[in-house]
Amino acid sequence: MAEPRPVLEMTGIVKGFPGVRALSGVDFRLFPGEIHALMGENGAGKSTLIKVLTGVYSLDGGTITLDGKSVLFGSPLQAQQAGISTVYQEVNLCPNLSVAENIFIGREPTRAGRIQWKRMRQDAAQLVDRLGLDIDVTAPLSSYPLAVQQLVAIVRSVGTGDSDGEGSGTKVLVLDEPTSSLDRGEVLELFRLMRQLRDEGVAILFVSHFLDQIYEICDRMTVLRNGTLVGEHMVSELDQVGLIQLMIGKALDQLDELHEHQLHADVGETLLKADGLGRTGGIAPFDLEIKKGEVVGLAGLLGSGRTELARLLFGADQPDSGKVTIGGKQVSMSAPNDAIGAGVAFCSENRKTEGLVPDLTVRENIILALQAARGWTRPIPASQRDELVAKYIKALDIRPANPEARVGQLSGGNQQKVLLARWLITQPKLLILDEPTRGIDVGAKAEIQKLVVSLSEDGMSVLYIAAELEEVLRLSHTIGVLRDRRLVAQLTNGPEITTSRILETIASGEHQ
Amino acid sequence: MTTTSRWRALTHHHLFWPLAVLVVLLLVNVPFTPDFFSIKMTNGHLYGSLVSIVLFGSPLILVAVGMTLVIATGGIDLSVGAVVAITGALACSYISDQADQSALSGVLLAMGLGLLAAVVCGLWNGFLVARMGIQPIIATLIIMVAGRGVAQLITDGQIITINSSPYKLIGGGYWLTLPFSIFVVALVVAVTVGLTRRTALGLLVESVGGNAEASRLVGIRSRRIKIMVYVFCALCAGIAGLMISSNTSAADGNNAGLWIELDAILAVVIGGTSLLGGRFSIGGTVVGALVIQTLTTTIYTIGVPTQTNLVFKAVVVIVVCLLQSPKFRAKVLGGRFGTKPGANGGTGRPAAAPAKTAPATEAAPKMEVS
Repeated sequence: MAEPRPVLEMTGIVKGFPGVRALSGVDFRLFPGEIHALMGENGAGKSTLIKVLTGVYSLDGGTITLDGKSVLFGSPLQAQQAGISTVYQEVNLCPNLSVAENIFIGREPTRAGRIQWKRMRQDAAQLVDRLGLDIDVTAPLSSYPLAVQQLVAIVRSVGTGDSDGEGSGTKVLVLDEPTSSLDRGEVLELFRLMRQLRDEGVAILFVSHFLDQIYEICDRMTVLRNGTLVGEHMVSELDQVGLIQLMIGKALDQLDELHEHQLHADVGETLLKADGLGRTGGIAPFDLEIKKGEVVGLAGLLGSGRTELARLLFGADQPDSGKVTIGGKQVSMSAPNDAIGAGVAFCSENRKTEGLVPDLTVRENIILALQAARGWTRPIPASQRDELVAKYIKALDIRPANPEARVGQLSGGNQQKVLLARWLITQPKLLILDEPTRGIDVGAKAEIQKLVVSLSEDGMSVLYIAAELEEVLRLSHTIGVLRDRRLVAQLTNGPEITTSRILETIASGEHQ
Repeated sequence: MTTTSRWRALTHHHLFWPLAVLVVLLLVNVPFTPDFFSIKMTNGHLYGSLVSIVLFGSPLILVAVGMTLVIATGGIDLSVGAVVAITGALACSYISDQADQSALSGVLLAMGLGLLAAVVCGLWNGFLVARMGIQPIIATLIIMVAGRGVAQLITDGQIITINSSPYKLIGGGYWLTLPFSIFVVALVVAVTVGLTRRTALGLLVESVGGNAEASRLVGIRSRRIKIMVYVFCALCAGIAGLMISSNTSAADGNNAGLWIELDAILAVVIGGTSLLGGRFSIGGTVVGALVIQTLTTTIYTIGVPTQTNLVFKAVVVIVVCLLQSPKFRAKVLGGRFGTKPGANGGTGRPAAAPAKTAPATEAAPKMEVS
């Protein structure tokens, strides 16, 4: 059977960064009308390969052939003009501009050098409409939640070449982790859109850490490990266990181990108690109790108030009703400092904007919370500091294990570990983890979950937020269910609690 | 370790380009003034072009050092020139009212008064920026404009001249054969480096400038830190103000420290501190300020006509800024000076690569640490 000709072929791709060989001789091909998954752990080279393809990075070696012609992109714009559109993991749009402006930014319809605003709005509305989305294109992008912004980013990339027919149209659509912040309904919406585009002959390159999604939507996959090609497989011919083994390079049994793990019963007295705590526009007043050594999971859809609840318990936002007592003492919660002083730590879901200081080194990022608590006049002695940092780099297996590395250059999973290390060093009583496993690979995910288990066994309380219900169910003693910015139920975990039971509770909004 | 990698390590040091520019600028003077580098001893004082550059550059170094910390927090302080004027005006007008202008107690009190006024200005700036949330460029614009008026009020719109030998020492006197201002500058720089690097202040400042929201959530009292840096910056400007008025034995509310804020910002940038905040380098700023002072001196030595003076300065500044840009160096000077990633002999990754597969099994026992 003669295979159709690939629309895109990359051969022998080599790319290095100072001190790092990100890609060494990777081959990759993409056929028209297929959805192709690019798989690999964090740091395997997926993002680098995509950035080389889309002209963000220059090539150090190898060739790229598009439609039989050898190409070399000096900039993302050139790649886009050649028909390669990209949506990245983080939404790269301007929140202060309108949806329509964002869709057409850089390629606005013009007449005599002037932007045709009306036509731009019409075209944008049409495009959004064709893709079956209900978005007001005149509203500023910031008025929409992150999930919708992500969809707009996809609309923008799909819209390339549509605007005036002079572009060659999108031949290759690259989706780098588009689903990491979408809820199930939005994912289905995206998949519908992806299938529509695939059937129109677009080649789609899809990167996701959700294996189920890969198996749901993709036709073929390429697996990378440590910057080299491991193999190309039809999705139907490789099962999930086989795939994970390829990605990690050896059999992975620790995920199974976690599935069987028993929640430890050693839960102590009440650590934190919230009475009628609430914030208008954030979350309705709720009561919550967290015991020593207990893992409390929060389940709910995106935007259901999970993060808002956590932020109130940390003083990141100021509550306008209710009170919090920690260890029997009332805490004012007017600023994060109050919570930190009472032993609360918070890892935000937005690692980049609310967590790390990208310019600083791994070491500086790790000691930041401890140093802030000590105040500027009492620096941590260098020897003690280096010892602490080395200990946590080793314990959490942060890579590269170089305390001098700039944290902005680390992969997502390692950045998450740096954040964890930052707070663990302060030995908190309550650790709030908001989506700690989002956008990181299977191996690191399992490590972080195991860590949560071992921390709670040692008596630390954990408030665990995750979009994946299985994760919450696996780790939590108590599961708080949120719906429409309200804590609707608190379920004690046990054999009768299943993901479908939680889903029912979310759907009905009632405690059964 | 080859010579190439040593050369590379050298060119990648953050002080390399500012220092290179400084050396080139100094060398440019030699054909015009053959004894440019010679230093002579006259009447127990050291004289020479190099000494003059440091002497005349002293106020700028002081102001720029303070400015560095403000810029590192992501802010900017436009009011330093006005603070220079206010401090000088207050100190001189107090001294001129004394029966004995040379009385040490009066001079010390005058200096204290001036510096107190500077601190008040800094508190005001810090209050507007940190408490009221006003953008730094606007908040400090207030004193930049109003401060000159205040200085004029203090001096009654006149240039106040004084005759006080103790006061003259700060900006125009000699000590141990060197101009006294050099010691003042050395002290302030040493104190600043000690204050930021011996304590955790530098780290917290860089954190606030690098990511304000993350810093808040990590428990850093960023308001307090911001107020501190604005006060410190104003205090540095105040010392510069004393120095300038001491050097001329006069307080000129209109012209003292005029446009020094712009030179100071330039010095900070040449020194390699980003205007976006975050990482800062006091050493870089000192070199940056010396570059600017040397440039001014050079303009006079090589006889650039006064009218084209500023244009010449602008051209040099553009060249310096371009040289600092890794992108420009890679493009124009080639890979040797640039930061082309491919050219790097990568050591970190290949060695670490085989170990990358380890976490699945190895990490498990290690996780017990908590």
